[in-house]
Amino acid sequence: MTSTLNPAGGASAPPAGLPPARRSSIRAAQTRRKWYEIIGLTTPAVIVYVMFVLVPMGFAVYYSLFRWRGVGPPTEYVGFDNYVLAFQDPIFLDALRNNAIIVVGSLIVQGPIALAVALLLNRRFRGRAVFRLLVFVPYVLAEVTVGIMWKLLLTGGGTVDALLKEIGLGGLVQAWLADLDVVIWTMLFVLTWKYVGFAIILLLAGLSNVPHELTEAAAIDGASWWQTQRHVTLPLLGPTIRIWMFLSMIGSLQVFDVIWVTSAPAVRSLGASATMATYMVDNGFFARLWGYGNAVAVILFVISFIAAVLFQRFLLRRDVEGAITGRTN
Amino acid sequence: MATNAVPSPSSARRPIAWGTPFTYALALAVAAVSIVPVVYVIVGGFRTTPQIIADPAGLPDPWVWDNYQRVLTQSDFWRQAFNSAVIALGTTAGVVVLGVCAAFVLARYTFRGREALYTFFTLGLLFPAGAAILPLYLMLRDLSLINSYYAVILPQVAFQLPLTIVILRPFLSAVPRELEDAAAIDGAGRLGFLWRIMLPLSRPALVTVGVLAFVASWNAFLLPLLVLGDVDLHTLPLGVQNFSSQYTSDTAGILAFTSLAMLPALLFFTLAEKQIVGGLQGAVKG
Repeated sequence: MTSTLNPAGGASAPPAGLPPARRSSIRAAQTRRKWYEIIGLTTPAVIVYVMFVLVPMGFAVYYSLFRWRGVGPPTEYVGFDNYVLAFQDPIFLDALRNNAIIVVGSLIVQGPIALAVALLLNRRFRGRAVFRLLVFVPYVLAEVTVGIMWKLLLTGGGTVDALLKEIGLGGLVQAWLADLDVVIWTMLFVLTWKYVGFAIILLLAGLSNVPHELTEAAAIDGASWWQTQRHVTLPLLGPTIRIWMFLSMIGSLQVFDVIWVTSAPAVRSLGASATMATYMVDNGFFARLWGYGNAVAVILFVISFIAAVLFQRFLLRRDVEGAITGRTN
Repeated sequence: MATNAVPSPSSARRPIAWGTPFTYALALAVAAVSIVPVVYVIVGGFRTTPQIIADPAGLPDPWVWDNYQRVLTQSDFWRQAFNSAVIALGTTAGVVVLGVCAAFVLARYTFRGREALYTFFTLGLLFPAGAAILPLYLMLRDLSLINSYYAVILPQVAFQLPLTIVILRPFLSAVPRELEDAAAIDGAGRLGFLWRIMLPLSRPALVTVGVLAFVASWNAFLLPLLVLGDVDLHTLPLGVQNFSSQYTSDTAGILAFTSLAMLPALLFFTLAEKQIVGGLQGAVKG
């Protein structure tokens, strides 16, 4: 730490009692040093971030204008043909519909469940810590693990079918992963099981920020536990709920791993379980239609971006200052 | 119930009360839904495939160790675990070092363009990392980084930076100004202040972002799938997926392999769960 050698560095004011010219030169040196520190400390992060997050997206826009098999530089300029092709492909339209089902389904199924569980696990009772840990387990598991696990459980004549028959619900048995009309709902179930823990973690973190004084005051005023939750806790939890909705939406739009692993490639290629991301990787990477795949990437990005901006504009705006970003001095 | 839900200020010192039976019944049901499928996979690894086919929902009878032994001795499990560990540790180190440096500047320096820089980083949260995977692959190919640890580590660091900065900045901002002044009077520059006072004070937040980065990397699938074509570099998620599609009829073996692959992340998270929830509190301050 070189700066420790220089007592005038950092935040300390120039020593009093010096002539003004000397003082201002010290201040200039401090300003220069400050800028060196700012640049030195942020540059590595900025470079990595720009290079691996922003630059590739720029390239995607460029590549998407070509018909290109990925060998040599792209030469066959086709304008917006790739985009037109995508929106004419029924499989891609299926993928869009599936993403919509997952976005909406995740919000309306996970939200209430997560809220109920978080309120339950926010109560103080013995053994709470253990329950909290167990509830988070699915969220920590790798998507691949979860996918393979449910694939084995849901396979025809597998454990889920056997259990349903044992408890007399054999009539409910479906070809969970093979029936083209059922598979997307099976995917939604697996995704819900996997990600509801994340919603619970966030909500518990939000709940622990609700001041005790408020819930206490409500109780003194004669409010029941339910009334306290409904009228005191929930409104204060608003920002956390909206942040979760936002993250869930972005995650649902780019969902890949669970779908890729759990549903068979044939089912996916018929559109029954495809999402924009699996469609993009199938066509771009594995079928080597690089120009086309990049066009799908841009579509995925634009849809996510529009959704994010609309969400920010209408729901998150009030929260951005205090909630997601924290207070800054 | 009301007294239970609304603890008085002294309740922190009182022993925690037992909940009502209703509370436990609900909590148990929720926990069962989360954990039973996982337990099934682990226990299923102790059965044989014929046992599983004959009675999918049964218990091991007798218990066999053979599946776990096979995975631990014959398959590529250890090499894949090693690759996963190298990549996850590299990612974690990169994220924490770059994230702390950037978040420190954003939290403790006043300068023109500071908020713009912060917004620039938070844009990454809006950004679907998966969308850029194809051009990212092409870029890494042109840089001759394909089939190297860097091809996974560098992009993962970049993907994780926005969340890391969002979590760290409020923590670093919350350290009182007086401490900084005191450090300055004692002759420490801002960097000395970062190193000697900020880092020790913000250890909980550092653990949070570190664990999140580690688990995200340990579980990552799409990026390694595209950039690690070389089987010798495969990580555990790739290994599990390959094993399950290669030996489709060896259900018991798949269950054992899957169980072993998920253990490290589970252990890691169990140890750090409190820290993670604590760290997120800063980020979702209401």
